[in-house]
Amino acid sequence: MFKHILKSLTGGPVTEAGPAPADPALAELAGKLEKAAKARLGRSLSIREVDAGSCNGCELEIHALNNPIYDLERFGIRFVASPRHADVLLVTGPVTRNMREALVRSWDATPDPKWVVACGDCAVDGGLFRGGYACIGPVNEVLPVDLHIPGCPPRPAELLAGLLALLETSDTR
Amino acid sequence: MYGEQPLFGLLNRIGGAPVADHGPWPRYRMTRDGWLQLIAELEGSAWSLLGLWGEPKEVYAALREDMSGDIAVVSLDCPQGRYPSLSPVRPSANRLERAAHDLYGLTAERTTDPRPWLDHDAWGVRRPLSDRPGAPSPNPGPYTFLSVEGEGLHQIPVGPVHAGIIEPGHFRFTANGETVVRLEERLGYVHRGVEGLMRGKPIAEAARLAARISGDSTVAHSLAFARAVEAALDVRVPPRAVWLRALMAELERVANHLGDIGAICNDAAFAFMLAEMSQLREAVLRAADLCFGHRLMMDRVVPGGVAADLPERGPALLLDLCAELRRRFPPLVTIYDGKASLQDRTVGTGVVATGLVSRFGAGGPVGRASGRGLDARRNPGYAPYDDLEFEVPVLTEGDVNARVWIRIREVEQSIALIEQIAKRMPGLPRGLDGTTPLPLVPLAAGQGAREGMSLVESFRGEILTWVRIEADGTVGRCHPRDPSWFQWPLLEAAIEGNIVADFPLCNKSFNCSYAGHDL
Repeated sequence: MFKHILKSLTGGPVTEAGPAPADPALAELAGKLEKAAKARLGRSLSIREVDAGSCNGCELEIHALNNPIYDLERFGIRFVASPRHADVLLVTGPVTRNMREALVRSWDATPDPKWVVACGDCAVDGGLFRGGYACIGPVNEVLPVDLHIPGCPPRPAELLAGLLALLETSDTR
Repeated sequence: MYGEQPLFGLLNRIGGAPVADHGPWPRYRMTRDGWLQLIAELEGSAWSLLGLWGEPKEVYAALREDMSGDIAVVSLDCPQGRYPSLSPVRPSANRLERAAHDLYGLTAERTTDPRPWLDHDAWGVRRPLSDRPGAPSPNPGPYTFLSVEGEGLHQIPVGPVHAGIIEPGHFRFTANGETVVRLEERLGYVHRGVEGLMRGKPIAEAARLAARISGDSTVAHSLAFARAVEAALDVRVPPRAVWLRALMAELERVANHLGDIGAICNDAAFAFMLAEMSQLREAVLRAADLCFGHRLMMDRVVPGGVAADLPERGPALLLDLCAELRRRFPPLVTIYDGKASLQDRTVGTGVVATGLVSRFGAGGPVGRASGRGLDARRNPGYAPYDDLEFEVPVLTEGDVNARVWIRIREVEQSIALIEQIAKRMPGLPRGLDGTTPLPLVPLAAGQGAREGMSLVESFRGEILTWVRIEADGTVGRCHPRDPSWFQWPLLEAAIEGNIVADFPLCNKSFNCSYAGHDL
């Protein structure tokens, strides 16, 4: 194992250069973030992921952001275990009626200032699950959404570009 | 009488009437007396319950005689919406019966547990898929958890929102100090109404829903749906499509197992393994993306064939991937095997007894780590696996370590399968100019309704999908049964007597699907 670690240390990082912040996301976020919020956040974001009815596809790709290749934490963004520690709720899925209360409670438990990112086609517009008895539909029917990241599921690079836009817009420049 | 009586012999003797247009296995329509006799016979036999599902006025169950591999579907008309429960003789039937009650209003008589399951009193409707949906109950009470009595016990409620990036579900632990006395699961939070949404949809649209039953098994669920539809409509799929499907299924299996091995080690506080395994997983997903245009290969398997063919450089790319995995995976396995601190957490933790696995008919790594060696690729078997060489690993220890080792062995087997498929793929590749048509045949609806069923091995275990295609070519009813249905209850058994802190480890070693189960 030590040989392995040594090789990792000498072999250079496997992490790839991050993408530029997504243009549509920057446009969507423009003017949404207040100055006070920007000052408090600096260049750091804590994200609480909430699955509100996803098929788990989005979760797999969000997981990939934590692998050494995408390495989300180098940008100052990290996933936290509780909404009480979070600045951002990253919500996936077409918000099932059975998950509505849990989602709203997670939002209530998140301290201000806070943002909501709707991740994946289901969270953006309900996807294929619109119109049934079991789903409410897009996340913005339940919570105010600040940023939409479409895709089924979005690729890790797309997720990264969207989240970087959030960081750029909330930067104290 | 154990195993003496063949399944078909019994079903004929107790008055089952074979139904036309059901494939590839027969369906018997039972009388109420016949259904009761079947329950009596099930008590003394080892036949596996493969699934149980409802329709507004009918209940279905699928059974398999594991030794001979005979499979049959039985159904019972229940005009009053009641049928004798299978749960006293097959405990695995209970949650399926509760789901059939919540969705179709079918009542299982003498059931072992009548509580609701998917219905959390939040839909604004009761029995949403029955002929006469009801108004929501005016004063919904809280869900009643099973009672636990004893001195010094305390409860820990966990979920539905968990600490990690995982799906939602509720776990109610009752613990004595650190030791778990009982775990009770409450699921249904991700119920999206897939079965209801599929009803009346054209086959192609329903296939897109099937691909989103459980995102990690999108290929396997698409394949199960496609095979069920093809069985119903008696469609022959081009050989190249059959091989491409197997290729995608094995890529999906390798990617998921690599992710799981890393995540299990991470839950034992050994993050190194997750960092390494997630790189290998990424390599597989990128190869899948290059070959089929989607990292998870969603919507690539469709009824009639496949929606994407390998590019010309595909086979070479896949062989390179396999070579890289063969180079990088074994040293990591050696590290897993040699780390005492890791073994200390995984060996002897979360043991599931062989008897329990057989009783619940659990498959996949959960079943195979506890001595139940069934694999749908072999039994009942489907093409092209009869033409490929692979082994199905089986262990008997039934602990977290055994479930890790099953995954390790399956990764090795699947790498070998990908190599065989890449080298021996029949048919012509789709040229750059797209002159060779995709291996895809059109589907023609039959005269009247036709029914089909399939069993497909996902990385979690055996998926059963049953469909009825109406004469107009729409889906009348589709029931996809994820392997998780028969694994979730065993997790409750596995954690008993373990410490609370080992639950994430046990849970990850099962890695049951929430979305696939809740539908």
